[in-house]
Parts: sequence; C-alpha cells; structure tokens
Amino acid sequence: MKAAFQELFCGFMSLLTGMRITLGQFFKPIITVQYPHQTLKMPARFRGHIELVLDPVTGKPICTACKLCERACPSFCILVDGAKLEGQKTKSVTDYKLNFTNCSLCGACVEACPFDAIRFSKEYNVVSFSRDGFSNMDLVKGLEEKQKAWTQERPAPTARDAAPPPDGPAAEPRPAPAPRQEIS
Amino acid sequence: MIAQKEAPSAGPSGEAPQETFVLNLGPQHPAGHGVLRVLMTMDGEWITKAEPVIGYIHRMHEKMGENRTWAKFLPNTSRIDYLSAMHYTHAFVGAVERGAGIEVPPRAEYVRVITSELNRIASHMVWWGALLSDLGGLTPFLYAFDDRELILDLFEGICGARLTYCYYRFGGLCNDVDDDFLRGARAFLKHMPPRLKLYRDLVTNNIILRKRLTGIGLISAEMCRKYGATGPVIRGSGVAYDVRKVEPYSVYPKFDFKIPVYPECDSMARYLVHMDEMEQSLRIIEQALDQIPAGPVMGKVPRVLRLPPGDYCYAVEAARGRFMVRIVSDGKDIPYRVKLRTPSFSNLSLYEEASRGMILTDALAMLGSLDLVIPDIDR
Amino acid sequence: MSFLSIEPIRLLLYLVGIGAFVGANAAYLVLAERKIAGRIQRRPGPNEAGYGGWMQPFADVLKLFVKQIMVPPGADALLYRLAPLMVMAPPLICLVTVPYGETLVARNINVGLLLVFSLGSVNVMALMLGGWASRNKYAVISAARVVSQNVAYEIPMLLVVITLLMITGTMDLNEIVRQQAGGFWHWNILFLKANLLMPVTFVIFFICMLAELNRAPFDMAEAESELVAGAFTEYGGMGFGVFFMAEYSNIVVGCSLATVLFFGGWQSPVPIALLSGPLWGPLWFLLKLYALVFTVMWIRWTFPRTQFYGLLNLSWKILIPISLFTLLLTSVQLKVF
Repeated sequence: MKAAFQELFCGFMSLLTGMRITLGQFFKPIITVQYPHQTLKMPARFRGHIELVLDPVTGKPICTACKLCERACPSFCILVDGAKLEGQKTKSVTDYKLNFTNCSLCGACVEACPFDAIRFSKEYNVVSFSRDGFSNMDLVKGLEEKQKAWTQERPAPTARDAAPPPDGPAAEPRPAPAPRQEIS
Repeated sequence: MIAQKEAPSAGPSGEAPQETFVLNLGPQHPAGHGVLRVLMTMDGEWITKAEPVIGYIHRMHEKMGENRTWAKFLPNTSRIDYLSAMHYTHAFVGAVERGAGIEVPPRAEYVRVITSELNRIASHMVWWGALLSDLGGLTPFLYAFDDRELILDLFEGICGARLTYCYYRFGGLCNDVDDDFLRGARAFLKHMPPRLKLYRDLVTNNIILRKRLTGIGLISAEMCRKYGATGPVIRGSGVAYDVRKVEPYSVYPKFDFKIPVYPECDSMARYLVHMDEMEQSLRIIEQALDQIPAGPVMGKVPRVLRLPPGDYCYAVEAARGRFMVRIVSDGKDIPYRVKLRTPSFSNLSLYEEASRGMILTDALAMLGSLDLVIPDIDR
Repeated sequence: MSFLSIEPIRLLLYLVGIGAFVGANAAYLVLAERKIAGRIQRRPGPNEAGYGGWMQPFADVLKLFVKQIMVPPGADALLYRLAPLMVMAPPLICLVTVPYGETLVARNINVGLLLVFSLGSVNVMALMLGGWASRNKYAVISAARVVSQNVAYEIPMLLVVITLLMITGTMDLNEIVRQQAGGFWHWNILFLKANLLMPVTFVIFFICMLAELNRAPFDMAEAESELVAGAFTEYGGMGFGVFFMAEYSNIVVGCSLATVLFFGGWQSPVPIALLSGPLWGPLWFLLKLYALVFTVMWIRWTFPRTQFYGLLNLSWKILIPISLFTLLLTSVQLKVF
C-alpha cells in the first residue's frame, strides 16, 4: 500500500521534473541555422565534389591526365582525357568528366593523384537544370571561372616582356604543388 | 502490465484460426526503423505471429567485395551501418591488416579508439531519439541531435564527412587529427555529463516511459544465445558479453571501463545499457585523450596490396553488437570473399519468438529497444 | 444603442462573437502549438509565411480547402459527412454559457455546468461515428479505443465536478465565479477549508480533461503512428480540417471550464479596484485561459504516450479511488466546518 503511494508520488514528481526541463529549454535561444538566410562556413577538410587545381604560375590545370584517379575510383566515376600540346613536356588534361551521381566522396582519387591536381571543393549546394549537370560534371569547364580570374589578375604581357629572360621560366624547376587551401 | 496471452490454437487444417487477421507493418512506416516489413497475424490487439520480412535495402555489399580491390571496398564499409560507420571500417581494416601483417602506429590506434567511441555515442543518441519518437515523445529526438551535431562537427573537421567517414586506411588513418579536434573532444567531454543528466531527468526517470518499457519484451539469455544476439540485447539479459573485453582489439586493454549489464531482460534493461554505455564511452575517450602519443599515423603499406591466401577475421564491438568481418584471400589483389556478420540480423531474428502473444504497442516498443538499423540487416 | 439590448439581437451578436472566437482560436492555436513545440525543441517553428509565421494558418486553410473531399466507397454517406459537424457543434454550444466577464456571457443558464458535460459526450459519439462510417478497420479499432478511453475518464471528471458542486452549491457558472471573488486566495483551487486535497482535485480534473480531449500523453486516437492515422484515416481536406479545428476548440472549452471552476474565471487575482472592472474581467479570463492552454501544449511536447491499458489502469485504478476519496473528504469537511 505504502509502496503504491510512493510510486504514485515519485511518478508525479518525475512528470513535473520533465515539465520543468522543457520549460527551461523553451526560454533558451534557438540553435538551428535558418538556411538560406544564414549559412554555415565549411571546414577546411570538407568533402564537396572534386575540382581541378589551377597552377598559379601557368594558369592551367596541374592535371596531366595520367588516369591514376580513374583507376583508383571504386565507383568508376571518372573519365579523363588529355593530349600533349606543342612545346610541353607532359600531357595536359582536355576533358575531365565526373559522374557525381555515383561518387561516394571516398577520396581515393584525391589520395591517388601524385601531383595534387584534384582536391575536394567546398560546394555543398550543387544545383543544375538537367541530369547531365550531375552525371556528366565537366570539371575542366568548372575551372573556366578561376582561369578568367587568374588572367585578369595578371596584366597582358607587352612586346618587351614577351622576350624570355636569360634564365627563362622553362629552365626554372616546376614549383611545388600548391598546398590545399581553404576556400570559404 | 498485461501478461502475454497464449496464442489461439490453429484450425483443423493448420491455418490461422478464423478470428485472426493479418496486419502488415509495411516497409514504409512513421516509426524510424528503416525499410523493415513485419507481417503480423493478430488476434484483436494481440500478436500471434510477427514475421519480419527483410531484403528491401539489400545492396550486395558482399558481392561488391568480390569485385573491388582491398582499398576500393573501404567506402562500402561505412555504408553497411551508417550510424556506426567507424566501427565497421575498423573491422575491415583490421582484418586486412591482420592478413597482410601491417603494423599500425600507436597514435593511429588511439585516434581510432577515440573516433570509434565518439561514433558509438552518436549512434546511441540516434537510437534514443528514434525510440522516444516511436513512443510518442518527439522532443528528446531534437535534444539528442543537438548534442550529436557536436560530434559530427568534430568528424567533419578531421575527415570532411559527417556520416560515411571512410577515415581509416590500411596501416592507420587517412590524415592526422589536428589540435582543433583534440580540443573539441575535450570540450565535448565537459559538455556531455549535464546533458546526460538532462536525459535522465527528462526521460529515463519519467514514469510514463518506465511504465512503457519495464517488464515489456522479455528476452532471456537463453534466447539470445540461441539466435546469436549480441550487444545491448544480450547485456540487457544479464550476460556480460562485450567484444572489447572478451576478444580485445586495438588498444582497448589499456583503458579502464565497465561493461553495463542488467539482469532484468526487459526493454528497460536494454535502454539502461545503452545509456550507461554512453557514459562509459566518455570515460574511454577521456583516458585516450590523456594517453595519446605523438607520432606518425600511417604505417608501411605496400603499393599494391596483396594478402597471402587464407581466412582472416576481425571482430569489433559496434554500437549494435558484435560486428565481424571475415575475408578470404587467394593471393590476388581482390578478395575472394568478404563475409560481414552484422549484429542487427541476429538481433532481429529473435523478434518472432519474443513477440508472440504481445500486444501491438508493446511489440513496437520492443522493436525500438532492439536498436535495429535495417541496412545493417540487409547489407 | 438600445436595440442592442433586445434579446435576439444581443444573442445573435454573442453567437457571432463566439463563432469568431472559436474560429480564430482554432486557426491560431494550431500555429501557437507549432511555435511552442518549436521553441521547446530549440527551433523557431513556422516563420516563413509572414513575419513570425502569422500567415501560416491562412496557408494551412487554403491547402485544406483545395483538397478534394472523397467519400470512401461503401461508407455511410450521411454519417461520414455528419461526423465533422457533430464534432464541431458541442464546443460552440458550450461556450454560450461560459462567462467571459461579469456581464459578458451569452446566455447564463442556471444549469450551465450540466450543459457543458452533457455536450462533452456528444464529442465522443461523433468520433465514433466518424470512425465507423469510414468503413476502414483501423478507423474502427481507433474509434473503439476512443470510446473506451473517454468513458473511463468521464467518471473521475464527474466525481471531481460533484465535489465542486457540493462546495459551490450551484451549477450556474457565473455564480461559481462570483463566489470566488476577493483575490486569488479565494479561488477554488486554494479552498482548503472545504477540501484539504483541492489541488489534487484540480490535477485529477486536468488529467481527465487531457484524456477527454485526446491530447498527449493520451492521444491514442490520433497519433497512433503504429497503425495508420486512427479515426481520421479516411478524412481529407476540409473534413480533416474541421476535426482539427474541433480539437482545438475543445481545448479552449476544457480550459475555460477549468478556469471558471478552479481559478476564479474573470476575477482579478488581487482585489484592488484598479485591476477589476468591466474591461479587466475578460482580460483576466483570457490570461488564465491561455496559461492553461499553454500548459496543455507544453505537456504534449514533453511526455511520450502511455499504453492503452496503462491509460485505462490510470483511470480505473488510480483516479477513481482518489476522486472518490476527495469526495468523501469534502463532504466530511463541509459537514464539520
């Protein structure tokens, strides 16, 4: 009998404790981020879809179309094609297609690349009007904006600048690959 | 509490008696389990037979293991049970390391333990929120996810992903943890105990929850052994079976932690095992953060990995129970067979026997307390 | 302005007022519930439709209006269409006799309490008819559960009301409020001279009210996410909208009754002339009403659901004995003091 009353009383008090907790939470500030009015900043190692890296010296993608990423991908997402242009030692990429609908963002391609020519982008709200925008993502095209920005930052060379200096750029050792940078 | 009712006897030709009807808890339902279908033969409100039908999310992981090189299978491991992805990757990576004789540097082992235990806490939070929203209390789900965001942000900082990590590699980790992670982990350790107290006050001590779970869904230790149920299911039935203590792996022997065991065999016991496990995980993380050494995080791994022919196994204590990977290698760079022994499959197989004669609401509460993740069952 | 005191005109205006009050409440209490739920869960709730979400009820009503109302084949056409109307009528009628202010009552019936309780049962019957008329086995099961739950909880509620009737001696709601004049220590909830366990009586009344309203933690009928949608499975569009509106109107009626019986209705908590008067009366009433409505919503988002037999056990094994005991205690105390 006494146990029943005790259980009743303790039970009732537990209900009041629960109510007190939720009332406390009622008066606390909200914790959700109201997207799209507010957005979050992606951390440095965030895995968005992959993108080609621009060489800051030449303004062209570092990628030499060696196809190591294509072989490393577990989901067979990547199709690379390249050609050797005149006066270049190595091939350069002409076509880099990513099938983002199959990509599992595992990072095997990024790790396999010996030149650090691809990296994860920070894009999380990818949008397209057609399926092609995802299943046939053109990474070379995606680099066009950055290439434009790169050419704008450097003034066009004049006739005097066109003559290569004695120890011209071709004799310089190729610069170390750019470290992975955070793009916010 | 209503005792379980005896099932009505079958008719002369052996079919279900006339007064029963079949209720299909379809593959899509509001309860947060996943695509599980349960065919219930009901006598009014009582279940005479509850038959789980699985296979709606069978993705052929084991077959994929036979078609990819060892390293290419790593993304699959995270997706078998996406809520405790780190454990599953650990098992596969551990099996391959055992086979190839790869040494893992100690710092990598410590980081693996820290991330695994954080993942266990995150998985238990999802279980807690989902169980309570099954029972009708929709608020604790949000509170659990608020705390889980901290863990997910930590993981996003080290490997860039929030759910399917693919963080471990053969021989160590894909990249080292930075100071932000270590500081964030310590801050999380300070943040959690008051939150766990809030969970206790709001939910665990709540009389309505106690009435809903105590004495419901009795699963004896004998039934657990018969079906091979592990994890919180067997620990809630009084058997102290935890792979971290019984078959220690990684650096777990260096830590001092308890295995919560409750002898009552009911849903409340399983609930309490989960809640206590969260506290014990916090203890392990604290000790690991104190003991973590400096050093490299990647051991020596050959460029093209080939395992000597043979069978290799590795078992871990995942959030749901014992997860074991068995790989059979025939000397090539592609496995011959990858067998995944998942805990949810065994935990679900006892449902048919345990739910006989239960009333429908209790059977669903028991299903929630078993902590099932359906992709884990179907692989 | 004397034509306003002609009885039919006055009654008509009151009815229009009550209709508007019920409609506005039904619309905005839904929004209030969602915002309260949001804030308890540390999120904002609806805030896109209009500033702070104030236009959300319009968006919801528009959505419900444009949905096609299909009568399921084989369903009883008359009862299926009648059920939402039967559910919506009782709250409107009950509010006719609830006193919002000293003179602000549509029709002060001298058995007002009896009227309210007799109409409460119609609500149950309407739900049962709606469930049965849908010709859907889940709806029938759910309707049967609702009936059994409501019958179980009417008994302790009526026992509590009888206790109060012994104290107040009248069923006239305005008279009950007038008896609680003088400050909050005169309110019935603190009337310990007549009944030492008066707060317990209020708690029993509140729990029974939650069960009668089918609100969490007793919402087996509507939130039975284990099966389908319960008694409202076959109702779509505005049919479902009317059931929903009726639920919130019933909450308003239940809380108004609790305010009038226990918290002094339109009486001010402090008996100074500054805070009492013809305009203050409705203000106090609405404040107390919405405090109780907030509590009802607060409870819903805090607790899980009880099991069905747990619910019935609570009523038959716990609430009825306690309310019988308080009844006896009150009668003894009234006799002695």
